[in-house]
Amino acid sequence: MSAALQIPLDPRDRGGPAQPLLLVENLRKHFPVRGGILNRQTATVQAVDDVSFSVRKGETLGIVGESGCGKSTTARLLMRLIEPDAGDVIFDGDAVGDRRGISVNDMRRQMQMVFQDSYTSLNPRMTMVESIAYAPRMHGTPRREAIDRAEMLLHRVGLNPRQYARRYPHELSGGQRQRVNIARALALEPRLVILDEAVAALDKSVEAQVLNLLGELKESLNLTYLFISHDLNVVEYMSDRVMVMYLGRVVEAGPVESIYRHPRHPYTRALFASKPTLDPDRRTTEMPLTGDPPNPINPPSGCRFRTRCAFAQPRCAERVPELLAPVAGDADASHVVACHVPEAQTPKHHTTEVGHA
Amino acid sequence: MPDGSMVQGPVLRVEDLTVRFTRRDTDVAAVNGVNFSLNAGETLTILGESGSGKSVSLKAMMGLLPGYARIDGRIWLNGRDMLTLPEAELRKVRGGAISMIFQEPMAALDPVYTIGEQIAETIVQHEGCSKDTAWKRALGLLEQVKIPSAARRLKNYPHEMSGGMRQRAMIALALACSPSVLLADEPTTALDVTVQIQILLLLRQLQQELGMAIVFVTHDVGAAAEISDRIAVMYAGRFAETGTTRQIMRQPLHPYTKGLLASTVHGGMRGTRLETIPGSPPNLAHLPPGCAFAPRCRYAVDACRQGDIPVVTDETGHMARCVRVEEAVPA
Amino acid sequence: MSATTIKQGHDARMSSTLQTEIAITTPDMPVGGVTPGYWKSVAGRLLRDKVTMAVTLVILGILFITLGAPLVTSYDPYAGSIMTRLKPIGTPGHWLGTDETGRDLWTRLCYGGRMSLLAAILPVTIALIAGGFLGVLAGYAGGRVGTLIMRTMDVFYAFPSILLAIAICGLLGNGLSNSIIALAVVFIPPMVRVSETVTSQARGLDFVEAARASGTTTLQIIRHHVLANVLGPILVYATSLISVSIILSAGLSFLGLGVTPPQPEWGLMLNSLRQAIYVQPYVAALPGLMIFITSMSFNLMSDGFRSAMDVRLNK
Repeated sequence: MSAALQIPLDPRDRGGPAQPLLLVENLRKHFPVRGGILNRQTATVQAVDDVSFSVRKGETLGIVGESGCGKSTTARLLMRLIEPDAGDVIFDGDAVGDRRGISVNDMRRQMQMVFQDSYTSLNPRMTMVESIAYAPRMHGTPRREAIDRAEMLLHRVGLNPRQYARRYPHELSGGQRQRVNIARALALEPRLVILDEAVAALDKSVEAQVLNLLGELKESLNLTYLFISHDLNVVEYMSDRVMVMYLGRVVEAGPVESIYRHPRHPYTRALFASKPTLDPDRRTTEMPLTGDPPNPINPPSGCRFRTRCAFAQPRCAERVPELLAPVAGDADASHVVACHVPEAQTPKHHTTEVGHA
Repeated sequence: MPDGSMVQGPVLRVEDLTVRFTRRDTDVAAVNGVNFSLNAGETLTILGESGSGKSVSLKAMMGLLPGYARIDGRIWLNGRDMLTLPEAELRKVRGGAISMIFQEPMAALDPVYTIGEQIAETIVQHEGCSKDTAWKRALGLLEQVKIPSAARRLKNYPHEMSGGMRQRAMIALALACSPSVLLADEPTTALDVTVQIQILLLLRQLQQELGMAIVFVTHDVGAAAEISDRIAVMYAGRFAETGTTRQIMRQPLHPYTKGLLASTVHGGMRGTRLETIPGSPPNLAHLPPGCAFAPRCRYAVDACRQGDIPVVTDETGHMARCVRVEEAVPA
Repeated sequence: MSATTIKQGHDARMSSTLQTEIAITTPDMPVGGVTPGYWKSVAGRLLRDKVTMAVTLVILGILFITLGAPLVTSYDPYAGSIMTRLKPIGTPGHWLGTDETGRDLWTRLCYGGRMSLLAAILPVTIALIAGGFLGVLAGYAGGRVGTLIMRTMDVFYAFPSILLAIAICGLLGNGLSNSIIALAVVFIPPMVRVSETVTSQARGLDFVEAARASGTTTLQIIRHHVLANVLGPILVYATSLISVSIILSAGLSFLGLGVTPPQPEWGLMLNSLRQAIYVQPYVAALPGLMIFITSMSFNLMSDGFRSAMDVRLNK
């Protein structure tokens, strides 16, 4: 899947295929929790803490994790729907919001987002074609042209404009609305699309249709995706590279085959072992993890997974593990893990197979 | 048919259940003839997408539907027809012989009482025992659903617990009066993957210990494969196919089941184009005549679009409601 | 679903190699013919709602007899006669009787309604504009600005509305304009609160986020995404306030704080006819009946609007 090599020249492409489309460095967002009569800050939710990653041109980077892991906050930080506390976002070589870089508004024209809830992400008072044409019109496209383009986009996402252009959100099914949301995101001709749980609310048969559509659009429009989901199977299907998050931090990242075949972080392994087997003869018999993910308010010191980790050692509480490629072994250097304990990282075969005993 | 003796045989038998929601200008046929029976210690999963009528069926069994719902058919619970029971009797049965757990425990648990108070109250109400005994039973129940430091948790309010703990507390509440049938309405859908498997394992284990029957409603094929003895695939208010979990997962007969399984993304599908079922489920206010799946079905013939679709059942009890089931079996 | 659309879908499925699945456009949610716009569907639901239609007719009727008073009566509302004092209902020439100075009551009610409606609707309109503006601002801006506005409004909430109105009137002196100002001040805080609530709800919805994410300016977002969605509920609330306003403004003039005699006004008429309650109880009750019917009608109408505009009810 080296889609990066096939990208024809995009006039907006600045650094060539070798330069990552998006480079995120040390992104951080802590939300204050306020309480009491004086509305004082009583605690901090460390929603995203020191997150760094890159997205290459033409690839799909998947982000997986459970609730509270910070994956959706990361998406909103990238879109600048919320202001980050710290960190740099570099879009195709230009620092976003920097005087010498690219403005937030210019970045938003090249980076768009599809939300999870197809219903609340459409204005109930606007027809489908109005919703899609809205952003281009606000950016100065003449009305007629914007509407023609919107109808074309509707067709492109598989909805007959004659039938659906003048309908309102409540008259469409969830899958159809999500297609419209995708069309809306594409209206500004972005280069990067963030899909934040974009198929999570859909029925399985509809989900498959939308995933196929996303695949086609990516190919024909040379898009780059940031695919955020809690569904491990869907992320595996969609992504070229995967990043696993836990309580606001990245615990493991690498090429999809490597991560799914040889997960190294104890959390990633537990996550994969929790996946239903879809095989009535090989049902899961042991819980891979006990308890719920802890509250991101005041998370554990050091490695945040240590409270649920079977391999935890004293040093895990003291120092935050860095994302590093394993020292030795067969895995390639692009597969990185944030774990102090090398033996925890050695995938023992019976651990991954524990579910099928 | 109904032998009141309840010696052997099914604890729950549903015959020709139909539910229609009739209001001023809408007439929605939500459930259109559901039949099944369930033995003690057995788990039946009703698998279906949104609008298939799976949750409505469950609420009908629990007697929880609003007044404008027209319910027909028979729901035999331990030999008594739930639909003919007077409201006072029904209240005793609900939470007693039959109880239910929900997708959102926050909505099912009362926010102003502690977990312990709610469980004890249910026990006192149904069995008339003393507060003390009820409280002790509540503690035992929390331990049974594996809530750590149960004694302390009894005094917690629902909002003080995490999602997984709340779901366990709701299961404890449902089990308070040792029901013979537990109805589970998407209890794992809102949970994280690692918590979901814990709840599924817990339900499986509780069933082995207590021997109750479970009707598990879900849209998630993975959860269904994990927990069921039998699966009923529901579409547009009818069971399209029923069979053992193995039969449904390995040799699905109905084109809808096949499509559903094929479009469920699982490992090893990278790089392939997903098979899909075109379109979306029908509007229950305007069901097409004949097979409700025919407009989306690749194999549909003229016979599918008229009249009642015959039910084909083989000797193992594998049932499919499809005209072309015999010819379309290449499994 | 029509036969042609099924056929389209079927044809599309035949050519399954088609790049995008046009088959999706098979009608899965047949909505039956052309779908109307939002406001058209609201109107449709209103037309089917018999109670709302009836009270709307009542309100139109009241507007007609008050604004068109010279068309429905030939008497002078100020001209009375000692000879015709306190005639009962059904007196020839005075079908609703006369008041304590012999003025035709039907005429007084028609002309009096002008004042009553003006004194009731104008404060609500002022509150709608001022309160709506402050509320949308507080709801959209949030943070310090929002807190400042909302806490200020809470100060007014501390007083019961009728007491507050009386206090303001007492401070400003009596007269129609002062009663209007007093009521407007009373209605601004609840108006702000309602508009703040609906605005902050709308602001949190994903479509507002999506608009922000595509570089739409704040003013454009408020105009196209927020106002379009909050104006309905705010207007409905204002309509329901009219019913309260009618009672309060009548109450003020009943207490002598609003319109001054001899101007006809329902509350004032109720006060002056009070003395005649033992002589002509039915006649004396008529202004009160008008206040009741008008207030009730506005209340029911706003209820009807509320349910007609709620899309989710019909989902």
